[in-house]
Amino acid sequence: MAAKKLNIKDKYRLLTRDLDWDFSYEDRKDAFPYEEFEGLKITDWDKWEDPFRLTMDTYWKYQAEKEKKLYAIFDAFSQNDGHLNVSDPRYVNAIKLFLTGVSPLEYQAYQGFAHVGRQCGGVGARVACQMQALDELRHVQTQIHAMSHYNKFFDGLQEFSHQHDRVWYLSVPKSFFLDARSAGPFEFMVAIGFSFEYVLTNLLFVPFMSGAAHNGDMATVTFGFSAQSDEARHMTLGLEVIKFFLEQHEDNLPIVQKWIDKWFWRGTRLLSIVAMMMDYMLPNKVMSWKEAWEVYFEDAGGSLFKDLARYGIRMPKYSEVIEKEKEHVSHQAWWTFYTHGHATGFHTFIPSDEELDWLSEKYPDTFDKYYRPLWEMAKEKEAKGERFYTTGLPQLCQTCQIPMLFTEMDNPNQNSMRDTVYKGERYHFCSDGCCDIFEEEPEKYVQSWLPVHQIFQGNCGGPEMTDILSEYYKINVGADNMDMKGSPDEERWNKWKGTA
Amino acid sequence: MSKVYIALQDNDESRYIVEAIEEVNEDCTIIHQPAMIRIEREHKLVVVREVVEEKMGRDWDIQEMHLNLITLGGNVDEDDDFFTLEWKQ
Amino acid sequence: MPVYALKPNYKGERMDRVENFGGNLIVYFGWDEHRMFCAAKAFPLPPSTPFAAVMENVLPEAFGQHPEFSQINWDTAEWLLNNEPFKPQMNATLESQGIDHKSLIRFKTPELKGYASAGV
Repeated sequence: MAAKKLNIKDKYRLLTRDLDWDFSYEDRKDAFPYEEFEGLKITDWDKWEDPFRLTMDTYWKYQAEKEKKLYAIFDAFSQNDGHLNVSDPRYVNAIKLFLTGVSPLEYQAYQGFAHVGRQCGGVGARVACQMQALDELRHVQTQIHAMSHYNKFFDGLQEFSHQHDRVWYLSVPKSFFLDARSAGPFEFMVAIGFSFEYVLTNLLFVPFMSGAAHNGDMATVTFGFSAQSDEARHMTLGLEVIKFFLEQHEDNLPIVQKWIDKWFWRGTRLLSIVAMMMDYMLPNKVMSWKEAWEVYFEDAGGSLFKDLARYGIRMPKYSEVIEKEKEHVSHQAWWTFYTHGHATGFHTFIPSDEELDWLSEKYPDTFDKYYRPLWEMAKEKEAKGERFYTTGLPQLCQTCQIPMLFTEMDNPNQNSMRDTVYKGERYHFCSDGCCDIFEEEPEKYVQSWLPVHQIFQGNCGGPEMTDILSEYYKINVGADNMDMKGSPDEERWNKWKGTA
Repeated sequence: MSKVYIALQDNDESRYIVEAIEEVNEDCTIIHQPAMIRIEREHKLVVVREVVEEKMGRDWDIQEMHLNLITLGGNVDEDDDFFTLEWKQ
Repeated sequence: MPVYALKPNYKGERMDRVENFGGNLIVYFGWDEHRMFCAAKAFPLPPSTPFAAVMENVLPEAFGQHPEFSQINWDTAEWLLNNEPFKPQMNATLESQGIDHKSLIRFKTPELKGYASAGV
């Protein structure tokens, strides 16, 4: 007689819940020492629901299939000189930023979920975190493999890991994850599992990856969607985490709301980089940042928060600021990188006339009024042979570590600047959101490793900027940085295409 | 009204899943974007195993959907025979 | 609560204490409504620097690339030191006129509207 096949629910119970054990001779509190200090009250881990009910055996089976498909495509991409099929060599700069700024975050997410999985007292949450940790490790590996093909043909990809730890703009994503990982396990789950995975990674992995496909980059869209197929599970975990915390005890609501407020704000600041990747670094456009934001943050996030209203959760604090900023951030971020293009590990460039017109069309209320004049000025300077690279070093926000480039939404010509004094020292912020986060935990954020201040303290070599760039950052000065025009990348591309 | 959504990679298998979703979910919206298909519906959306099997002409495990899934929005409920996305409010 | 930590009395190491800058102060300078410069700029300066040296060396280095910089009428410029109205004393040092570590100095040039009068 053939063995009876277990249904999903029974199998999940046997292969997950039944793996747990009770503590007979050790104090349970010593086994899970991180469970209480954040103030969250967990009364019954058995109430944890995992709607996907994925067990380890099924997990391995489907992940192996995903990998097989993925690597078959990488092989085909590489064997067919796939890099020659991208829409425009400028596109590859988005990949450089992805590899240096995003892929190392996958590794940090792996470290974070491995730690949190260990520290959760409930077996359902532990198994889900373990799977997510393995997913994140797979993501960083597949991304490095996919982009290694580009590293053979383009500058700027060779030192991604070293650069993630040192380069000024990469301190933004790096410190974002360090902030989450140095918090307690439950804040980490709300930060990364819920705020980041449920709403914000969609903006990177769905419209941006669709954009990669539209720009002929088969390798990237494939790893992107393959990674995102895991994200659907992560998103569901994130939502379950929130519902679980809120159902456990009514005292948990203000704590969870505070974390949501913090991490949505941190996340939107981090996504300024993705905003500019979509609006400025994809030569063939799929949708504008503003449109993507409306679909994935306003509509999808709006439905989510309506659903959570039954627990007393409201929209993240400063949502009204966030809504206005969607018209501005991509332009402000790209201008910042363009004007600091001598100190970036990728090439920057003025948008083409067609792109400027596309931006006018997509941002009718802001682009012509505030941002086209920047590019007109840059074009004038470039035509005179004075490509604009700004002098000096910018003031950074103590919390998000981004140069203080954001402006006031009631006067978009004026930079938004906030400050506070803690123990006799003044700290500066790009926004009320970042200032609030500091004021909640100043002893954490006084430790920010701000790249500009580190340079002035003499901790990054130098003092000459070219020495800092080449020796401390390992940017190949003259090849990796500066404008796309006249770069070795451009020269090689023209030779391959026979247009030199 | 809140919309649930699901996005699948645009490939041969997904096309059958999309057909099956269309058949059982009245008034769902199908949006084609580069390399992906996004399906939205007010309130609730269901994938029924039997209907997908009918379209594919073979046995199909509901968890196979993980292979082609890109993203989703809504509370998930999954069983041997169906996969549901729903907003409670 | 100043921090949520596993153990009581956790203290963070302040990374940017003035002692870490080799005798300098960090001072930030920003030109209001001139977005050609994406943000205010940071400079390490000895506290004994007279403000005249800021006018002569620091501001031209920071903002001299702007076509309007040479047209600034410093008599009508409006200054803010850490959000308070401020009148720089040219011959006095930074320290003696209340400019301390991580001070932000902003100036507004009301008659200059930026490139294409667009605040650029």
